[in-house]
Amino acid sequence: MSDMSEPFILQVHELTKDFGGVRAVDNVSFNLKEGDSLGIIGPNGSGKTTLVNLITGFIRPDEGNIWFQGKRITGMMPHRIPQLGLARTFQMARPFYQLPAYKNLVIPLFSRRVRNLTGGKYGDRDAIAIDLLEEVGFERDSSVPFKPASVLPHGYLKRMELASCLALRPKLIILDELFSGLSLAEVSSTVPIIEKIQAEGKALIIIEHRLRELFRIVDRVIVLNFGRKIAEGTPKDVMENEEVKEAYLGSE
Amino acid sequence: MSKDLKRRKERLDRGIKVRSEDIFALSSWKVMLYLLAPRVLPFVVVLGFILFASPYWKMVLVSTTMFGILAISWDLLLSTGMVSLGQALFFGMGAYIAGSLNHIWGWPLWITIPVATVGGGLLCTLLLVPVLRLRGIYFAMVTLVLPLVLVRIIEATRILGGTEGISGLATFQNIGEELGLSLLAFLAVLLGFRRLMGTDYGLVLQGIRDNDRSVIRSGINIYWFKAQALFLAGSVAAFAGAFMTHAYMFVGMPVFALDYSILPITAAVVGGTGTLAGPALGAFILVPLSEALRGLGALRVVFYGLFLVIFIVALPEGIFHYLQRRYHQFERWVKVEV
Repeated sequence: MSDMSEPFILQVHELTKDFGGVRAVDNVSFNLKEGDSLGIIGPNGSGKTTLVNLITGFIRPDEGNIWFQGKRITGMMPHRIPQLGLARTFQMARPFYQLPAYKNLVIPLFSRRVRNLTGGKYGDRDAIAIDLLEEVGFERDSSVPFKPASVLPHGYLKRMELASCLALRPKLIILDELFSGLSLAEVSSTVPIIEKIQAEGKALIIIEHRLRELFRIVDRVIVLNFGRKIAEGTPKDVMENEEVKEAYLGSE
Repeated sequence: MSKDLKRRKERLDRGIKVRSEDIFALSSWKVMLYLLAPRVLPFVVVLGFILFASPYWKMVLVSTTMFGILAISWDLLLSTGMVSLGQALFFGMGAYIAGSLNHIWGWPLWITIPVATVGGGLLCTLLLVPVLRLRGIYFAMVTLVLPLVLVRIIEATRILGGTEGISGLATFQNIGEELGLSLLAFLAVLLGFRRLMGTDYGLVLQGIRDNDRSVIRSGINIYWFKAQALFLAGSVAAFAGAFMTHAYMFVGMPVFALDYSILPITAAVVGGTGTLAGPALGAFILVPLSEALRGLGALRVVFYGLFLVIFIVALPEGIFHYLQRRYHQFERWVKVEV
């Protein structure tokens, strides 16, 4: 498997996870090429977030393997995986509420990965943090980056999640329902940010319920239902699949 | 209800506070005084106290500074998201290491205290590393149990003096040396740790308290950082234990007593948590208060407890936060439409 891994940034092979009697992820395999974008969709409780937690090391799989850039990362400690260049957002925004927005980004900027990439001391982390916030749409010459995260609106927190991934200078970003809870206007202002990340050659895995926006961004999706992969292909093909229609609309 | 006018308190930064925030503060004596007063005033009060204090009260001041260090150490752990119910573990470990090194090999105190500081911090960190994954009350329970277990081990095995303890240890040349060293150490710990928490390193520690999963996601090993915080906090608390051992010329089972675990917590609550200076201020209020109430005999604990309850009810944010707020901001009532 690993000698074939050259063109793939991420390979997931027959991943399985049980929670008690419930099989949350059941024999899921997929590959992702460098710079590609993949959507993961499926009804609520179909195992999407569990799959992300398995890939990023927050949960250990019962069976199966994961390779990132040809390196096996199955069972690796969850703090080592971001150091390799695989960053993720959380479905629920998880900021450091007591810290100002820009200080939230200083923590990923302090990680060993960023310090190694930039060679020892990483200049003024505060200034870099404010640049990153501007990149995800924070108003630059305003007080917003200096406000504590606890008073920021949900839309800002979600974009701050994205910024703290970008701070790690990752090769692959997994966005776990980045658009959930955002207004239509906020979503349409976030889509160009994601397209810019794609243009920079970073690979993306996007979990999303808002299919219309998702299909604008990705050209390949996999569909999960009850932890199993039931379809894979272009958005158009997948949505015409009978099993997918049944999973989303229920069987008659 | 819709047209009711209600009064609400509004807080605004004082003009002088805003002016003190940039480099031009240096161009005005008034602003410089505003900046310096809260930093210099405590020194003046303490130095004035030393000038007029009796030798007994000078001893009280020594133990106050050591309790202050213990409270700062507790607050550092809290700032990293670790609630400790057992500062006595660190304190007692330092006390016993210094005491036994001095008793068995006759090492002088200027060697035993540094060795106890580093060794005590290291030993306590190693003891607690297996439970670093525990959070909140589960971690707290372990810290509560450890000193109680150690004290029973000493009692049962009669090692290190058993129930009698070790007495006749080396002490400082005079009260002046003792007081000077204790105040210097206290200042070094307070200013050093406050400085540390302001750096990016300190930010990571605060991040672990706020949200440890986000710190993991940032590619940082939280257990390594927690162990380091534990070592720092454990070391200074062990220093306090070693210092008190030589000040009292005695080490025994009481160093693992609950007093050394509880006082840092009450000091932090009275003074205000999360600032390091708050718990230190709390210790400087509670320890002398406890001494002053000695004349009341058995009723001492009653009045002490009463004082604590009144303080916590009246100023739940803690004295330090309250003073800081009143110093930097003024309040006014504004009418708001409900």
